Amino acid sequence: MEIKRLQAPLTDEDVRQLKAGDNVLIDGVIYTARDAAHKKLVELMEKGEPLPLDLKGQIIYYVGPTPARPGQVIGSAGPTTSGRMDPYTPQMLAHGMKACIGKGSRSEKVVEALKEYKGVYLAAVGGAGALLSKRITRCEPVAYPELGAEAIYRLEVKDFPAVVINDIYGNDLYREGAQAYARGDETGEVGK
Amino acid sequence: MRELDSAVITAQVAEMCQEANIVLGQDVVEALTRALEMEESPTGKAVLSQLLENIDIARREEIPLCQDTGFAVFFVEWGQEVLLKGDTLEEAINEGVRRGYTQGYLRKSIVEDPLRRVNTGDNTPAVIHMRMIPGDKVKITFAPKGGGSENMSAVKMLKPADGEQGVVDFVVGQVKAAGPNPCPPIVVGVGIGGTFDQVAVLAKKALLRPLGRSHPDPYYAELEKKILARINDLGIGPQGFGGRVTALAVHIETFPSHIASLAAAVNINCHASRHLERII
Repeated sequence: MEIKRLQAPLTDEDVRQLKAGDNVLIDGVIYTARDAAHKKLVELMEKGEPLPLDLKGQIIYYVGPTPARPGQVIGSAGPTTSGRMDPYTPQMLAHGMKACIGKGSRSEKVVEALKEYKGVYLAAVGGAGALLSKRITRCEPVAYPELGAEAIYRLEVKDFPAVVINDIYGNDLYREGAQAYARGDETGEVGK
Repeated sequence: MRELDSAVITAQVAEMCQEANIVLGQDVVEALTRALEMEESPTGKAVLSQLLENIDIARREEIPLCQDTGFAVFFVEWGQEVLLKGDTLEEAINEGVRRGYTQGYLRKSIVEDPLRRVNTGDNTPAVIHMRMIPGDKVKITFAPKGGGSENMSAVKMLKPADGEQGVVDFVVGQVKAAGPNPCPPIVVGVGIGGTFDQVAVLAKKALLRPLGRSHPDPYYAELEKKILARINDLGIGPQGFGGRVTALAVHIETFPSHIASLAAAVNINCHASRHLERII
Protein backbone atom coordinates (compact mmCIF):
# COMPACT_ATOMS: atom_id res chain seq x y z
CA MET A 1 0.00 0.00 0.00
CA GLU A 2 1.44 3.35 -1.09
CA ILE A 3 1.69 6.03 1.58
CA LYS A 4 2.10 9.73 0.81
CA ARG A 5 3.97 11.99 3.23
CA LEU A 6 2.67 15.44 4.05
CA GLN A 7 4.42 18.33 5.80
CA ALA A 8 1.98 20.59 7.68
CA PRO A 9 1.00 23.37 7.13
CA LEU A 10 0.08 22.51 3.54
CA THR A 11 0.52 24.26 0.19
CA ASP A 12 -1.94 24.31 -2.71
CA GLU A 13 0.40 21.92 -4.52
CA ASP A 14 0.23 19.41 -1.62
CA VAL A 15 -3.56 19.46 -1.78
CA ARG A 16 -3.70 19.13 -5.59
CA GLN A 17 -1.80 15.82 -5.53
CA LEU A 18 -4.15 14.20 -2.98
CA LYS A 19 -6.91 11.85 -4.16
CA ALA A 20 -9.74 10.21 -2.21
CA GLY A 21 -8.47 6.88 -0.86
CA ASP A 22 -4.85 7.99 -0.45
CA ASN A 23 -3.17 6.93 2.79
CA VAL A 24 -1.03 9.74 4.23
CA LEU A 25 1.38 10.27 7.10
CA ILE A 26 1.56 13.84 8.39
CA ASP A 27 4.56 15.57 9.99
CA GLY A 28 4.61 19.12 11.30
CA VAL A 29 2.21 21.46 13.09
CA ILE A 30 -1.58 21.07 13.19
CA TYR A 31 -4.28 22.68 15.36
CA THR A 32 -7.22 21.19 17.24
CA ALA A 33 -10.78 22.56 17.29
CA ARG A 34 -14.21 21.10 18.05
CA ASP A 35 -17.71 22.61 17.88
CA ALA A 36 -17.29 25.18 20.64
CA ALA A 37 -13.99 26.56 19.27
CA HIS A 38 -15.39 26.64 15.71
CA LYS A 39 -18.34 28.67 16.92
CA LYS A 40 -16.03 31.24 18.51
CA LEU A 41 -13.74 31.44 15.44
CA VAL A 42 -16.66 31.93 13.05
CA GLU A 43 -18.14 34.64 15.31
CA LEU A 44 -14.82 36.51 15.08
CA MET A 45 -14.80 36.08 11.27
CA GLU A 46 -18.31 37.48 11.01
CA LYS A 47 -17.36 40.52 13.09
CA GLY A 48 -14.19 40.95 11.01
CA GLU A 49 -11.99 40.62 14.10
CA PRO A 50 -8.54 38.96 14.18
CA LEU A 51 -8.36 35.21 14.87
CA PRO A 52 -6.16 33.68 17.60
CA LEU A 53 -4.34 31.70 14.86
CA ASP A 54 -3.52 32.22 11.17
CA LEU A 55 -5.54 29.58 9.31
CA LYS A 56 -3.57 29.85 6.05
CA GLY A 57 -2.47 26.38 4.95
CA GLN A 58 -3.43 24.85 8.28
CA ILE A 59 -4.74 21.40 9.09
CA ILE A 60 -7.47 21.42 11.77
CA TYR A 61 -7.91 18.22 13.79
CA TYR A 62 -11.35 17.58 15.31
CA VAL A 63 -10.38 16.10 18.67
CA GLY A 64 -11.24 16.41 22.35
CA PRO A 65 -8.54 14.38 24.12
CA THR A 66 -8.67 12.77 27.55
CA PRO A 67 -6.56 14.58 30.19
CA ALA A 68 -2.83 13.73 29.97
CA ARG A 69 -1.37 11.71 32.82
CA PRO A 70 1.75 13.26 34.40
CA GLY A 71 4.62 12.72 31.94
CA GLN A 72 2.40 12.25 28.90
CA VAL A 73 2.24 14.79 26.05
CA ILE A 74 -1.51 14.30 25.58
CA GLY A 75 -4.17 11.76 26.54
CA SER A 76 -6.13 9.54 24.17
CA ALA A 77 -6.59 11.65 21.04
CA GLY A 78 -8.69 10.10 18.27
CA PRO A 79 -10.97 11.98 15.86
CA THR A 80 -14.51 13.04 16.72
CA THR A 81 -17.54 13.07 14.36
CA SER A 82 -16.93 15.74 11.72
CA GLY A 83 -20.56 16.40 10.81
CA ARG A 84 -20.94 18.65 13.86
CA MET A 85 -18.41 21.04 12.32
CA ASP A 86 -20.23 21.18 8.94
CA PRO A 87 -21.97 24.53 9.56
CA TYR A 88 -18.60 26.23 10.19
CA THR A 89 -16.32 24.47 7.69
CA PRO A 90 -16.99 26.57 4.55
CA GLN A 91 -15.98 29.74 6.43
CA MET A 92 -12.87 28.03 7.83
CA LEU A 93 -11.89 27.10 4.26
CA ALA A 94 -12.59 30.65 3.05
CA HIS A 95 -10.11 31.86 5.69
CA GLY A 96 -7.31 29.64 4.41
CA MET A 97 -7.73 26.25 6.13
CA LYS A 98 -6.40 23.58 3.71
CA ALA A 99 -7.43 20.36 5.44
CA CYS A 100 -9.41 19.01 8.34
CA ILE A 101 -9.15 15.63 10.06
CA GLY A 102 -12.11 13.88 11.68
CA LYS A 103 -14.34 10.91 11.05
CA GLY A 104 -17.68 10.40 9.32
CA SER A 105 -19.58 11.96 6.43
CA ARG A 106 -19.68 15.66 5.50
CA SER A 107 -22.57 17.71 4.12
CA GLU A 108 -22.97 18.60 0.43
CA LYS A 109 -22.08 22.20 1.33
CA VAL A 110 -18.75 21.13 2.84
CA VAL A 111 -17.93 18.92 -0.16
CA GLU A 112 -18.67 21.88 -2.49
CA ALA A 113 -16.60 24.25 -0.33
CA LEU A 114 -13.64 21.82 -0.44
CA LYS A 115 -13.75 22.00 -4.25
CA GLU A 116 -14.20 25.78 -4.31
CA TYR A 117 -11.44 26.65 -1.82
CA LYS A 118 -9.12 23.74 -2.74
CA GLY A 119 -9.19 21.89 0.55
CA VAL A 120 -9.27 18.21 1.54
CA TYR A 121 -11.10 16.25 4.20
CA LEU A 122 -9.12 13.50 5.89
CA ALA A 123 -10.21 10.79 8.30
CA ALA A 124 -8.13 9.32 11.09
CA VAL A 125 -9.15 5.99 12.60
CA GLY A 126 -11.95 6.59 15.11
CA GLY A 127 -11.25 4.70 18.30
CA ALA A 128 -7.49 4.55 17.79
CA GLY A 129 -6.97 7.33 20.35
CA ALA A 130 -4.12 5.64 22.23
CA LEU A 131 -2.15 4.93 19.03
CA LEU A 132 -2.74 8.44 17.65
CA SER A 133 -1.63 10.03 20.93
CA LYS A 134 1.81 8.48 20.41
CA ARG A 135 2.17 10.34 17.08
CA ILE A 136 1.74 13.70 18.84
CA THR A 137 5.06 14.93 20.14
CA ARG A 138 4.05 18.29 21.58
CA CYS A 139 0.81 19.94 22.70
CA GLU A 140 0.34 23.59 23.71
CA PRO A 141 -2.84 25.57 24.33
CA VAL A 142 -3.38 28.42 21.87
CA ALA A 143 -6.83 29.82 22.66
CA TYR A 144 -9.98 29.37 24.77
CA PRO A 145 -8.42 27.39 27.67
CA GLU A 146 -11.78 27.76 29.45
CA LEU A 147 -13.16 25.16 27.01
CA GLY A 148 -10.95 22.44 28.54
CA ALA A 149 -10.75 19.46 26.17
CA GLU A 150 -12.47 21.64 23.55
CA ALA A 151 -9.85 24.43 23.61
CA ILE A 152 -7.62 25.10 20.58
CA TYR A 153 -4.25 23.37 20.91
CA ARG A 154 -1.17 23.53 18.70
CA LEU A 155 0.08 20.00 18.10
CA GLU A 156 3.39 18.84 16.69
CA VAL A 157 2.87 15.52 14.95
CA LYS A 158 5.16 12.86 13.51
CA ASP A 159 3.91 10.05 11.21
CA PHE A 160 0.28 10.91 11.97
CA PRO A 161 -1.82 8.48 9.87
CA ALA A 162 -4.92 9.57 7.93
CA VAL A 163 -6.88 8.69 4.80
CA VAL A 164 -8.18 11.16 2.20
CA ILE A 165 -12.01 11.08 2.10
CA ASN A 166 -12.93 14.12 -0.02
CA ASP A 167 -10.43 15.62 -2.48
CA ILE A 168 -10.64 18.83 -4.52
CA TYR A 169 -11.92 16.86 -7.53
CA GLY A 170 -15.25 15.88 -5.94
CA ASN A 171 -14.35 12.26 -5.14
CA ASP A 172 -15.67 10.72 -1.92
CA LEU A 173 -14.06 7.61 -0.44
CA TYR A 174 -17.08 6.82 1.78
CA ARG A 175 -19.31 6.61 -1.29
CA GLU A 176 -16.84 4.96 -3.64
CA GLY A 177 -15.36 2.56 -1.07
CA ALA A 178 -18.76 1.18 -0.09
CA GLN A 179 -19.82 0.86 -3.74
CA ALA A 180 -16.67 -1.09 -4.55
CA TYR A 181 -17.35 -3.68 -1.83
CA ALA A 182 -21.17 -3.82 -1.78
CA ARG A 183 -22.72 -7.17 -2.74
CA GLY A 184 -26.15 -8.32 -3.87
CA ASP A 185 -28.93 -5.78 -3.35
CA GLU A 186 -26.94 -3.68 -0.91
CA THR A 187 -25.80 -1.00 -3.33
CA GLY A 188 -26.40 2.71 -3.55
CA GLU A 189 -25.73 5.72 -1.35
CA VAL A 190 -24.27 5.11 2.06
CA GLY A 191 -23.91 7.50 4.97
CA LYS A 192 -25.75 10.46 3.47
CA MET B 1 -29.69 -10.96 55.14
CA ARG B 2 -26.18 -10.13 53.93
CA GLU B 3 -25.12 -6.56 54.69
CA LEU B 4 -23.11 -4.69 52.07
CA ASP B 5 -21.42 -1.33 52.72
CA SER B 6 -22.00 1.18 49.92
CA ALA B 7 -18.27 2.08 50.07
CA VAL B 8 -17.51 -1.36 48.59
CA ILE B 9 -19.67 -0.57 45.58
CA THR B 10 -18.09 2.87 45.16
CA ALA B 11 -14.57 1.40 45.22
CA GLN B 12 -15.46 -1.35 42.74
CA VAL B 13 -17.16 1.09 40.37
CA ALA B 14 -14.16 3.45 40.45
CA GLU B 15 -11.87 0.57 39.43
CA MET B 16 -14.27 -0.65 36.74
CA CYS B 17 -14.46 2.80 35.11
CA GLN B 18 -10.70 2.85 34.67
CA GLU B 19 -10.25 -0.77 33.63
CA ALA B 20 -13.05 -0.83 31.05
CA ASN B 21 -11.75 2.28 29.31
CA ILE B 22 -8.15 1.02 29.08
CA VAL B 23 -8.29 -2.78 28.71
CA LEU B 24 -10.51 -4.14 25.94
CA GLY B 25 -12.03 -7.59 26.53
CA GLN B 26 -10.42 -10.63 24.94
CA ASP B 27 -13.69 -11.35 23.09
CA VAL B 28 -13.33 -8.08 21.15
CA VAL B 29 -9.61 -8.66 20.47
CA GLU B 30 -10.47 -12.08 19.00
CA ALA B 31 -13.30 -10.65 16.89
CA LEU B 32 -11.00 -7.96 15.47
CA THR B 33 -8.31 -10.56 14.75
CA ARG B 34 -10.87 -12.67 12.82
CA ALA B 35 -12.00 -9.51 11.00
CA LEU B 36 -8.42 -8.84 9.90
CA GLU B 37 -8.28 -12.32 8.34
CA MET B 38 -11.62 -11.82 6.55
CA GLU B 39 -11.06 -8.28 5.28
CA GLU B 40 -10.11 -7.93 1.60
CA SER B 41 -9.66 -4.16 1.30
CA PRO B 42 -6.02 -3.07 1.87
CA THR B 43 -7.14 0.15 3.57
CA GLY B 44 -9.64 -1.85 5.65
CA LYS B 45 -6.84 -4.21 6.73
CA ALA B 46 -4.66 -1.22 7.66
CA VAL B 47 -7.50 0.13 9.85
CA LEU B 48 -7.95 -3.20 11.65
CA SER B 49 -4.20 -3.45 12.25
CA GLN B 50 -4.22 0.04 13.74
CA LEU B 51 -7.11 -0.92 16.03
CA LEU B 52 -5.28 -4.02 17.28
CA GLU B 53 -2.10 -1.98 17.83
CA ASN B 54 -4.21 0.64 19.64
CA ILE B 55 -5.45 -2.02 22.07
CA ASP B 56 -1.84 -2.99 22.91
CA ILE B 57 -0.68 0.61 23.38
CA ALA B 58 -3.70 1.43 25.56
CA ARG B 59 -3.06 -1.49 27.89
CA ARG B 60 0.72 -1.08 28.02
CA GLU B 61 0.75 2.67 28.62
CA GLU B 62 -2.58 3.05 30.44
CA ILE B 63 -4.01 5.40 27.84
CA PRO B 64 -7.78 5.18 27.23
CA LEU B 65 -8.61 3.21 24.06
CA CYS B 66 -10.69 6.11 22.80
CA GLN B 67 -10.87 9.76 23.87
CA ASP B 68 -14.62 9.34 24.23
CA THR B 69 -14.68 7.49 27.53
CA GLY B 70 -18.44 7.57 27.35
CA PHE B 71 -21.61 7.94 29.32
CA ALA B 72 -21.27 5.62 32.34
CA VAL B 73 -23.99 3.00 31.85
CA PHE B 74 -24.61 0.34 34.52
CA PHE B 75 -26.76 -2.76 34.68
CA VAL B 76 -27.17 -3.90 38.27
CA GLU B 77 -28.62 -7.26 39.30
CA TRP B 78 -29.30 -7.05 43.01
CA GLY B 79 -29.76 -10.21 45.04
CA GLN B 80 -32.78 -9.58 47.22
CA GLU B 81 -31.06 -11.04 50.29
CA VAL B 82 -28.54 -8.17 50.22
CA LEU B 83 -29.13 -5.15 52.48
CA LEU B 84 -27.32 -1.98 51.43
CA LYS B 85 -25.80 0.10 54.28
CA GLY B 86 -24.56 3.68 53.95
CA ASP B 87 -25.32 5.69 50.79
CA THR B 88 -28.10 4.87 48.37
CA LEU B 89 -27.11 2.70 45.41
CA GLU B 90 -27.36 5.68 43.08
CA GLU B 91 -25.07 7.81 45.27
CA ALA B 92 -22.60 4.93 45.67
CA ILE B 93 -22.34 4.38 41.91
CA ASN B 94 -22.11 8.08 41.09
CA GLU B 95 -19.32 8.54 43.65
CA GLY B 96 -17.49 5.63 42.03
CA VAL B 97 -17.86 7.23 38.60
CA ARG B 98 -16.66 10.57 39.98
CA ARG B 99 -13.52 8.97 41.44
CA GLY B 100 -12.87 6.64 38.52
CA TYR B 101 -13.11 9.34 35.85
CA THR B 102 -11.11 11.90 37.83
CA GLN B 103 -8.35 9.64 39.17
CA GLY B 104 -8.16 7.68 35.91
CA TYR B 105 -7.61 10.75 33.68
CA LEU B 106 -10.76 9.89 31.70
CA ARG B 107 -12.70 12.51 29.73
CA LYS B 108 -15.68 14.16 31.36
CA SER B 109 -18.31 14.10 28.64
CA ILE B 110 -21.57 14.83 30.47
CA VAL B 111 -23.42 18.18 30.52
CA GLU B 112 -25.89 18.73 33.35
CA ASP B 113 -28.72 19.95 31.15
CA PRO B 114 -29.36 18.76 27.60
CA LEU B 115 -30.16 22.25 26.26
CA ARG B 116 -28.16 24.59 28.49
CA ARG B 117 -25.10 22.32 28.31
CA VAL B 118 -22.72 23.01 31.20
CA ASN B 119 -20.30 20.14 31.89
CA THR B 120 -20.80 18.43 35.27
CA GLY B 121 -17.00 18.14 35.50
CA ASP B 122 -16.88 14.57 36.81
CA ASN B 123 -18.81 12.51 34.23
CA THR B 124 -21.78 12.01 36.57
CA PRO B 125 -24.57 11.12 36.67
CA ALA B 126 -24.46 7.51 35.53
CA VAL B 127 -27.33 5.76 33.73
CA ILE B 128 -28.41 2.86 35.96
CA HIS B 129 -30.64 -0.07 35.02
CA MET B 130 -31.64 -2.10 38.05
CA ARG B 131 -33.20 -5.51 38.49
CA MET B 132 -33.85 -7.58 41.62
CA ILE B 133 -32.80 -11.24 41.47
CA PRO B 134 -32.83 -14.14 43.96
CA GLY B 135 -29.76 -14.72 46.14
CA ASP B 136 -27.19 -12.76 48.14
CA LYS B 137 -24.89 -11.50 45.38
CA VAL B 138 -24.77 -8.26 43.44
CA LYS B 139 -23.71 -8.27 39.79
CA ILE B 140 -22.59 -4.94 38.34
CA THR B 141 -22.01 -4.59 34.61
CA PHE B 142 -20.39 -1.39 33.37
CA ALA B 143 -20.54 -0.38 29.72
CA PRO B 144 -19.24 3.13 28.94
CA LYS B 145 -21.00 4.35 25.78
CA GLY B 146 -19.48 6.73 23.27
CA GLY B 147 -21.57 9.46 21.66
CA GLY B 148 -20.62 8.84 18.03
CA SER B 149 -22.21 5.40 17.84
CA GLU B 150 -25.04 6.16 20.29
CA ASN B 151 -26.19 8.97 17.97
CA MET B 152 -26.73 6.45 15.16
CA SER B 153 -29.24 4.38 17.17
CA ALA B 154 -33.06 4.32 16.77
CA VAL B 155 -36.39 2.92 17.97
CA LYS B 156 -39.23 2.04 15.59
CA MET B 157 -42.75 0.84 16.31
CA LEU B 158 -43.34 -1.64 13.48
CA LYS B 159 -46.63 -3.31 12.61
CA PRO B 160 -46.96 -6.98 13.57
CA ALA B 161 -47.49 -7.67 9.84
CA ASP B 162 -43.98 -6.31 9.13
CA GLY B 163 -42.67 -9.41 10.89
CA GLU B 164 -39.10 -10.66 10.69
CA GLN B 165 -38.47 -8.96 7.35
CA GLY B 166 -39.57 -5.61 8.77
CA VAL B 167 -37.09 -5.92 11.64
CA VAL B 168 -34.25 -6.96 9.33
CA ASP B 169 -34.89 -4.06 6.93
CA PHE B 170 -35.08 -1.56 9.80
CA VAL B 171 -31.78 -2.72 11.33
CA VAL B 172 -29.90 -2.90 8.01
CA GLY B 173 -31.33 0.48 6.93
CA GLN B 174 -30.17 2.08 10.16
CA VAL B 175 -26.63 0.72 9.77
CA LYS B 176 -26.55 1.85 6.14
CA ALA B 177 -27.68 5.37 7.06
CA ALA B 178 -25.05 5.51 9.82
CA GLY B 179 -22.33 4.69 7.26
CA PRO B 180 -18.89 5.66 8.57
CA ASN B 181 -20.12 7.71 11.56
CA PRO B 182 -20.25 5.08 14.36
CA CYS B 183 -16.61 3.95 13.77
CA PRO B 184 -17.12 0.58 12.05
CA PRO B 185 -16.57 -2.30 12.43
CA ILE B 186 -19.53 -1.96 14.76
CA VAL B 187 -21.43 -4.20 17.15
CA VAL B 188 -25.18 -4.03 16.60
CA GLY B 189 -27.56 -4.47 19.54
CA VAL B 190 -31.13 -5.22 18.50
CA GLY B 191 -34.18 -5.18 20.80
CA ILE B 192 -37.44 -6.77 19.61
CA GLY B 193 -40.73 -6.74 21.53
CA GLY B 194 -41.99 -5.16 24.74
CA THR B 195 -42.96 -1.49 24.94
CA PHE B 196 -41.44 1.66 23.43
CA ASP B 197 -39.29 2.37 26.50
CA GLN B 198 -38.29 -1.23 27.13
CA VAL B 199 -37.17 -2.14 23.62
CA ALA B 200 -34.36 0.45 23.74
CA VAL B 201 -33.05 -1.08 26.97
CA LEU B 202 -33.17 -4.53 25.34
CA ALA B 203 -31.01 -3.24 22.47
CA LYS B 204 -28.50 -1.79 24.93
CA LYS B 205 -28.48 -5.00 26.96
CA ALA B 206 -27.77 -6.96 23.77
CA LEU B 207 -24.45 -5.10 23.54
CA LEU B 208 -23.33 -6.60 26.86
CA ARG B 209 -23.19 -10.15 25.53
CA PRO B 210 -19.61 -11.29 24.85
CA LEU B 211 -18.75 -11.32 21.13
CA GLY B 212 -18.67 -14.76 19.55
CA ARG B 213 -21.65 -16.03 21.56
CA SER B 214 -24.93 -16.50 19.65
CA HIS B 215 -28.48 -16.19 20.96
CA PRO B 216 -29.43 -19.37 22.88
CA ASP B 217 -32.62 -19.79 20.79
CA PRO B 218 -31.62 -21.29 17.39
CA TYR B 219 -34.26 -19.18 15.59
CA TYR B 220 -32.73 -15.93 16.87
CA ALA B 221 -29.16 -17.24 16.44
CA GLU B 222 -30.01 -17.75 12.75
CA LEU B 223 -31.61 -14.29 12.52
CA GLU B 224 -28.47 -12.72 14.02
CA LYS B 225 -26.37 -14.44 11.34
CA LYS B 226 -28.73 -13.34 8.58
CA ILE B 227 -28.70 -9.68 9.65
CA LEU B 228 -24.90 -9.75 10.05
CA ALA B 229 -24.46 -11.11 6.52
CA ARG B 230 -26.72 -8.40 5.07
CA ILE B 231 -24.86 -5.67 6.99
CA ASN B 232 -21.51 -6.94 5.77
CA ASP B 233 -22.85 -6.94 2.19
CA LEU B 234 -23.27 -3.16 2.50
CA GLY B 235 -19.55 -2.78 1.78
CA ILE B 236 -19.12 0.09 4.29
CA GLY B 237 -16.08 -1.66 5.77
CA PRO B 238 -13.70 -0.65 8.56
CA GLN B 239 -14.16 3.09 9.28
CA GLY B 240 -16.42 3.34 6.22
CA PHE B 241 -13.42 3.24 3.84
CA GLY B 242 -15.00 0.30 1.96
CA GLY B 243 -14.56 -3.37 2.79
CA ARG B 244 -16.02 -6.68 3.87
CA VAL B 245 -16.25 -6.15 7.62
CA THR B 246 -18.81 -3.52 8.61
CA ALA B 247 -20.02 -5.28 11.76
CA LEU B 248 -18.30 -7.72 14.11
CA ALA B 249 -21.57 -9.08 15.50
CA VAL B 250 -25.34 -8.66 15.73
CA HIS B 251 -26.92 -9.47 19.09
CA ILE B 252 -30.67 -9.75 19.59
CA GLU B 253 -32.62 -9.53 22.86
CA THR B 254 -36.38 -10.06 22.92
CA PHE B 255 -39.40 -9.65 25.21
CA PRO B 256 -43.04 -10.69 24.79
CA SER B 257 -45.07 -8.27 22.71
CA HIS B 258 -48.53 -6.66 22.82
CA ILE B 259 -50.88 -8.15 20.19
CA ALA B 260 -51.03 -4.78 18.41
CA SER B 261 -47.29 -3.99 18.50
CA LEU B 262 -43.91 -4.97 17.14
CA ALA B 263 -41.37 -2.69 18.81
CA ALA B 264 -37.82 -2.74 17.46
CA ALA B 265 -34.68 -0.90 18.50
CA VAL B 266 -31.15 -0.78 17.23
CA ASN B 267 -28.31 0.39 19.45
CA ILE B 268 -25.01 0.70 17.64
CA ASN B 269 -21.67 0.32 19.37
CA CYS B 270 -18.27 1.10 17.91
CA HIS B 271 -15.57 -1.60 17.67
CA ALA B 272 -14.40 -0.63 21.17
CA SER B 273 -17.21 -2.68 22.66
CA ARG B 274 -16.34 -1.94 26.27
CA HIS B 275 -18.15 -3.95 28.91
CA LEU B 276 -17.01 -5.29 32.25
CA GLU B 277 -18.71 -7.38 34.93
CA ARG B 278 -18.07 -7.80 38.64
CA ILE B 279 -19.89 -9.95 41.15
CA ILE B 280 -19.80 -8.68 44.71
